[in-house]
Amino acid sequence: MLKTWFRRLSGTDLIMYAIGVTVTIAIIWGSLATLASGKYSLPQWQDLVVFGLAQGSIYALIALGYTLVYGILRMINFAHSEVFMSGPFTAYFVARALDQSGFLERSPVVGMLIVTAASMLTSLVIAILVERVAYRPLRNAPRLVPLITAIGASYALQYVFRGLYGSGVERYPELAIFKGEWFLAGVRVLRTQAVVIVAAIALMAVLYVFVMLSKTGKAMRAVSEDKDAAALMGIDVDRIIATTFAVGGALAGAAGILYVLIFGQVQFYMGFVPGIKAFTAAVLGGIGNVPGAMVGGLFLGVFESVGPSLFLDGLGIPAPYQLKDVIAFAMLVLFLIFRPSGILGERLATKKA
Amino acid sequence: MAILELNDVHTYYGHIHALRGISLRVELGEIVTLIGGNGAGKSTTLNTISGLLRPRQGDIRLYSEDLRLLKPHEVVAKGVVQVPEGRRVFGRLTVTENLEMGAFTRQRGEVAAHMERVYALFPRLKERRRQLAGTLSGGEQQMLAMGRALMAQPKVLLLDEPSMGLAPVLVDSIFDTIRQLHGAGTTILLVEQNARMALQVADRGYVIQTGEVILHDTAANLRENESVQKAYLGVS
Repeated sequence: MLKTWFRRLSGTDLIMYAIGVTVTIAIIWGSLATLASGKYSLPQWQDLVVFGLAQGSIYALIALGYTLVYGILRMINFAHSEVFMSGPFTAYFVARALDQSGFLERSPVVGMLIVTAASMLTSLVIAILVERVAYRPLRNAPRLVPLITAIGASYALQYVFRGLYGSGVERYPELAIFKGEWFLAGVRVLRTQAVVIVAAIALMAVLYVFVMLSKTGKAMRAVSEDKDAAALMGIDVDRIIATTFAVGGALAGAAGILYVLIFGQVQFYMGFVPGIKAFTAAVLGGIGNVPGAMVGGLFLGVFESVGPSLFLDGLGIPAPYQLKDVIAFAMLVLFLIFRPSGILGERLATKKA
Repeated sequence: MAILELNDVHTYYGHIHALRGISLRVELGEIVTLIGGNGAGKSTTLNTISGLLRPRQGDIRLYSEDLRLLKPHEVVAKGVVQVPEGRRVFGRLTVTENLEMGAFTRQRGEVAAHMERVYALFPRLKERRRQLAGTLSGGEQQMLAMGRALMAQPKVLLLDEPSMGLAPVLVDSIFDTIRQLHGAGTTILLVEQNARMALQVADRGYVIQTGEVILHDTAANLRENESVQKAYLGVS
């Protein structure tokens, strides 16, 4: 077996493996050097991990939108980052109105729930609209075509929202209840981070139960396996697809509010980076796989938060934290080379059993 | 009284004229079979009835209701349910979930009773109800595909090549099931390559060639027909 493996090895493979080995050695070397230097204290590491978890749970929520749509249409919805942006950007005006009337001060929890609902609803509507206008008419077109309209829809939405709300950066009102920090078993967790992580996990649990147990969820899984067979069972495939977009949109809208809790501001361009990171997370977890998107999101969040200090600092690279995007996307490339099916994705060969 | 009736149906794949004026009818409680070679248009006929393909011309009626412009899921809701060729079970859903999908158009309250009936018909499926459908054998998958369609309580059941790719023993058991369904009063339109078996269970048959009905008669007469024997029954 080893012999045939050797014979099949091509020049490109050798280079790929060389890259893989080099990167692995660099990561281990860098980590050891960083840890040996003792430059970061334990609480600092803990801070990075907690921040990564919070950031990662936002990625995970957005990634679910990519992965649900991919699962059902085998298509990357590149407009999803704008679906994510539309929610919190629109809800900002709700938040501002509630803030000016003093309602947000008096009952912050109810207020934030209203803002979140507004955000989820907006993203949901935008997601359905994108599907209806940009994808459904092209359902039977070659796969490259909806990919291009996806990019078109993404830009169109960005500039529609810029036209509607302006290109400035808007700051959400700050709420006293989200200030402060808790200590869990000696680990410092900012209140906002705790809210983000708990809310994201709760939403993911709800989604998982929905997909696994509800009639619509089962129909979504059936449609994702075989559209024609599902139609022959009396399932309205178009409606299930629209529902899938709606669910992904609502999750993205919720993720948008969680994003605001951490970063505090919105802007028409805010969807781009989280969107592409969430897409990365979906691929890391195994695109089309719901638990994979969750795992991939958390993994990417922690990896890019801890990674710069852990791997790069020890190698003597200055200002490593600015390289966190490099780390995230380098990992994407490595995954695409060595495990394209992702962490939880099935091998393509075993998919059609 | 004809329950399902096709009148001069023409279907195209792009420019290819696949059905050239198919007319047929299925009476209540009958088994009608379509026989014909590869590419004759048998599956195309079923897919046109099911709404997966849209005929360019002609009439498809269930009782007197027009099915021609309905979408596949609406055709199912009217009571015409197809078991597609190659079984097409949902491999990553459990057996029970597959059956639930078959009952998608039914009220929630009825599902349990229908499922018990399907399990009574196919006890094998009950043993494996928690298993993923993809792990079942070919014969079990065919049972599941049929059970799944029966969950919708069809007025007309369309069976597309139920014996395809099955060992002879399993083919017999599938045809036994078809007889059983017939005995229970189910109306069936059966498409089969295995013309010999099909003509044994059917009441009447249509012979299709290049998108046209070239012959229709009772199954008994078709079995005796010389050209049918030569072309489809392997009698020389």
